[in-house]
Formats: sequence, structure tokens, C-alpha cells
Amino acid sequence: MAEKFTLFDKIWNEHVVCVPAGRLPLLYIDLHLVHEVTSPQAFEGLRVAGRRVRQPERTVATVDHNIPTEPRGTPIKDPIAARQIGALQQNCRDFGVPLFDMDSSEQGIVHVIGPELGLTQPGMTIVCGDSHTSTHGAFGALAFGIGTSEVEHVLATQCLHQRKPKSMRIDVRGRLGEGVSAKDLALGVIGQIGIDGATGHVIEYTGEAVRGLSMEGRMTLCNMSIEAGARAAMIAPDETTFDYMKGRRFVPRDWDEAVVRWRALASDPGAAYDATVEIDASLLAPFVTWGTNPGMIAPVDGRIPEVSDLKADRPAVERMLEYMGLEPGTRIEDISVDRVFIGSCTNSRLEDLRAAARVAKGHRVAPKVRAMVVPGSQAVKHAAEQEGLHKIFLDSGFEWRESGCSMCLGMNPDILQPGERCASTSNRNFEGRQGRGGRTHLVSPMMAAAAAIAGHFTDIRNWRFR
Amino acid sequence: MKPIRIHKGRVAPLHRANVDTDQIIPKQFLKRIERTGFGEFLLFDWRRTSDGKHDPSFVLNHPRYAGASVLVAGKNFGCGSSREHAVWALEDFGFRVLIAPSFADIFANNCVKNGVLTVVLSEDEVGEIARRAAEIDDYEITVDLEQCKVHDDHGLTAAFQIDEFTRHCLLEGLDDIGLTLQHEAEIAAYEARHAAPISPI
Repeated sequence: MAEKFTLFDKIWNEHVVCVPAGRLPLLYIDLHLVHEVTSPQAFEGLRVAGRRVRQPERTVATVDHNIPTEPRGTPIKDPIAARQIGALQQNCRDFGVPLFDMDSSEQGIVHVIGPELGLTQPGMTIVCGDSHTSTHGAFGALAFGIGTSEVEHVLATQCLHQRKPKSMRIDVRGRLGEGVSAKDLALGVIGQIGIDGATGHVIEYTGEAVRGLSMEGRMTLCNMSIEAGARAAMIAPDETTFDYMKGRRFVPRDWDEAVVRWRALASDPGAAYDATVEIDASLLAPFVTWGTNPGMIAPVDGRIPEVSDLKADRPAVERMLEYMGLEPGTRIEDISVDRVFIGSCTNSRLEDLRAAARVAKGHRVAPKVRAMVVPGSQAVKHAAEQEGLHKIFLDSGFEWRESGCSMCLGMNPDILQPGERCASTSNRNFEGRQGRGGRTHLVSPMMAAAAAIAGHFTDIRNWRFR
Repeated sequence: MKPIRIHKGRVAPLHRANVDTDQIIPKQFLKRIERTGFGEFLLFDWRRTSDGKHDPSFVLNHPRYAGASVLVAGKNFGCGSSREHAVWALEDFGFRVLIAPSFADIFANNCVKNGVLTVVLSEDEVGEIARRAAEIDDYEITVDLEQCKVHDDHGLTAAFQIDEFTRHCLLEGLDDIGLTLQHEAEIAAYEARHAAPISPI
């Protein structure tokens, strides 16, 4: 009987350059995405060693992490941020790397523009000095985050020494209910397997609920997989994938041939995984995180759990609740918010903005709430404006800003003040992530928009759409 | 990269689970384009009060752990962001060895690239080392990468596992870009067989 391979095996095997004796396999990298924060020391390392970028045509850079979301052309007030952006511009010039700069119509969050431009393709190996590189796995690519030393390694060699991770299949049965989004599925997975539940593994998502997701939804799901510790996550490409990609700028010119090749990128029936997890989609609800890691979730119609009901150790949970300013037993819908952030590489694509705008339409942001919408890219911003989504947001009292990572990690001026509570469509609710003392609750775009209007979390399943 | 073979040093306990890299080095320090000088910002929000002063109640600020070069921590240490600045901060602060029940993948890779050894021991062993660090004055531990063993002067011994390539790189302090470039012929052959999948940019 022929050997059976998973999708992950197939991509891995295709990219092993050689296995030197006594060393880890050398893996070829098809696409290297670069941004301003994790690359300056890598380029400097090349300079010091007198090395060049081996494959500038497989390398693409943009600015996203530290840039302001004020109107373009506004001078960057933070001199250290400006210097970091200047360093990337200089490095791209010196080493011949294409850059989608601040003023480019292609600029955006690196994990939004890769797919949007057709750079992200099935079967590829993709790396970036950013943990959310797992996003690109939505196209059936092997995509993972690396540190700056590895960025330098890829720039110099287009390869990485990698130990082959284990494989994990997460099979999502049934369908997601009304008001339950890909974000809720992602949070549900993390809640079930834990924030280190997939450490050392590459996840492949399968099942009816996953097949039913749009590419945007699949990206949200793969994006958050790092929050379960996964090395990468992937979904086999299908018609949904090809429909999304067709006509995009950097897709292969021999399109039909490429699609034939990509169709073979599926796990063989009966292929073995190191671990398998089953999720029942019909049991998922719109979730709200209440702690300081993404595994601490509660359904919006639930309550903050009692400390004794949790597996985590007591001091850790008590510390979390103290940081978050919450009491066990509190109804989630009774938690009010000060700020709302709709954006990030998790939830800033056109579909996310459409979902939030549908909720916001005809309503007003609650008086005490400051709510901002930060599109993932200039292309998303432009497309949203073509549809009039910005009008809906502005008329409802949301701020409509320029593209970037923004308040997901608060490297730019968009941060929470100490004690402020935020409903955020981003991916991490760690202590201080959005600003020292800031309290982050992770939710879907619909839930975030609804919280902005109600002034507190509210069940989107009961929303009065106008 | 500095080789590491046998390291003996003072132990500081940060016995919490899931210490993320946002905590280890907060975002405001990631704008620097240098690779050095991150130590003073290590665990900034925990080590310092909101007015920027050292918080005497935080474990790493306690005089008994001054000069520690071994950090013992809870499971899933280094989870979250891929920022290598977290390792640069730990290393610049003086840590050469980290001991925990588990480490996040990207963080562990980043440690190897900087000559920082991550030692995985059982929850019980980690708990015992953390207890001894807190209770025994001037508590030191010896980490022997040649033998893959840990021991102290009070009878504790433990063995750990590490893959052979990582061990080799750490023992020799190897620049692995140099190693990879020895395979120029194989890489070039691979590239000749695989056309770039992206239309020209």
C-alpha cells in the first residue's frame, strides 16, 4: 500500500533541500515577508558579515507595526519609530528588497497584504518575523513566525534549519450558528485545547465548518492558532481559495496549470496525524475573553467562572481577575467598555468591516465609548470606502483610520490608558499588550461593534439590525 | 555567539506559567534598531512601578537574586509574539540558562540563536529548584550541556534532553548561517529545479 501523506508532509517534503549529517533538515523558503520591527538587526548582521540578500525577488517588505493611523502625510512624532521606518527604507534600497512603503496604495499589515496581492499561494513555505505568519496557512501554505536571527538566516540563504514539527488535525464538525464567526471558532479551539495545546505541532483544520468559511474567516482561524502554541496552521486549498486568488497581482501567470497543481494539495485519505481534536461547531457561541491569555473565554451569555471551576492554578487566576478588575460570577453582558478596537491581522479585512458595519448601521456609539476602525491595508480601506462602509462607521461615531497594526500591540500612539477596558478584535489580551494597565477583551468584529453601541458586551444573536 | 558547555550560576525563580514575550519585553522598546541594551527593560511592567521606579516586591529586584544567570520559570515560557528582543533582554540582563517545564517554539529557537540554553525539566523538578532558590541563600546550580545534566551542591540532580544539532551549535557557539552557506551547491540546485512561484514584483 502506498504511503499516505498529510498536506503538511507534502509541503514539507517538497521543500527539504538536504539533510546534512548530524543536522536538522534544511528547508527552502518560498516567500519571506519583512517589516520594520523585527528586521533592522537582521540587515545589520548581513552588513557586518558582508552578505547579500540571496533572493530579493522572494522577499517583500512593508511598514505596519509602529506606524501612526492618522492621515498619511502627518509627520511621525515619535523619533525612534521614525528612525526604525527610515532603517527599513534604507535597508530595502541597499539590499534590493521591494518595499510597500507608507505612501503606497499596497501598504498594509503584512498578513493582510500577502494574500491580498496574491503573494501567498498554496503549497508555499512562507516566513516572517512575526508570530501571526500562521495566517497564510489559510491558503494551504506552510507559514510560520521566526525571530530576527532567523530573518537574517533567510535573507542570507533563503533557507532555515528546521526540526519537523508534529501534526495535529482539528476537525470541526457541524456548522457555526448565526452570529458565531471564525473568530469565535478560533477562541473556542484555544479554550478547548489550551494556550500551549498545539505547541510543537502544525495544525490542519478540516471539517464542514472549516470548508464553509470564507478565505477571510480561514485567515482569522489560522491567524489565532499561534495563540494555542501552534507552529503553523493550514487548510487545504479548494474552490473558495482559488476564487479568492484569481486575478490578484502576483499569482502565477500560468493560472490553470497552477490550479491543477494546487488541487493535489490535500491530505491523503487515511493519512496519520500525531494528534486529533474534534470540535462541535454547533456548541460554540460568540465568545468574550475575560482573562489575560486568549484561552480564558466565556460565552457572551455566560459569566466569569468561579476560580474553583478552572483548571489553572488559583494564584494565576486571582492575579488575572485582579488585573482585569473583574469578580467571579459577573455576567459578561454586565461588563462595560471604554474603548473598542476593530482591526489587526486577525480581523481587519473587508468581510470583517462589512460585518461590523452591518451591526453599526443606524446606531450610535455609546457616549462614553471611544471606538476606532483600522482597516488592515490601504486596499481594504479603499474597497470599504467604495462600498460606503466608512460613512456608516463615521455616522455611527466610530473613528475611521489609516491602515496598520495599531492598537493590537500599541507600538504606535493608539494605546489604552491604565484601567481602560477595551473590546478588541485583535489576538492577544496579555497584560499591558494594548497599553500598560489596559484591559483587553477579545471578540469578533460583530461583537466589538455591538459593544461600542451598547457600551457593554451584548449578545449579537439578539441584535436589532437596522 | 558565546559557546556554552558547563555553566554554574545563581538561580532566580520566576515561577509563573505562560510568561509571554509581551511581558518579557514590552512593545515600547521594540522600536530600537540595535541588538544590545535591552536588559534594563526586561520584564519592565513587573519590575517597575508606574512611575518608573524599581518595585522592591518583584522577585527579580530582590537583592538575593542579584547577578543571577539561571532563570527558573513556569510552563509555556516565552509564549506569544516572536520578538527576539525578549531573548536579547534576558541575555543582556545576565541570563545564560532558562529552566522550565516547557517553552514556546519560536522563543526556544530564538534562544538557541543567541547562545541561551533552554532546559526542559519536569514540573516537579522545576518546582523543587524554584523552592530551593527561594529558600537557600546564594543558591547556585550547575548546568552541564556536555552531559545534559543539572545539579546543585545540595544533592539535586536532573537529566534533560536536547536535540543533537542544537546541542552542537550551543557547545561550539556556531554561526549557523555560515553552516548553511556550506550547502550552496544544494541550494542552487534546488532553486534551479523550482522556478519562483511569484510573478515578478
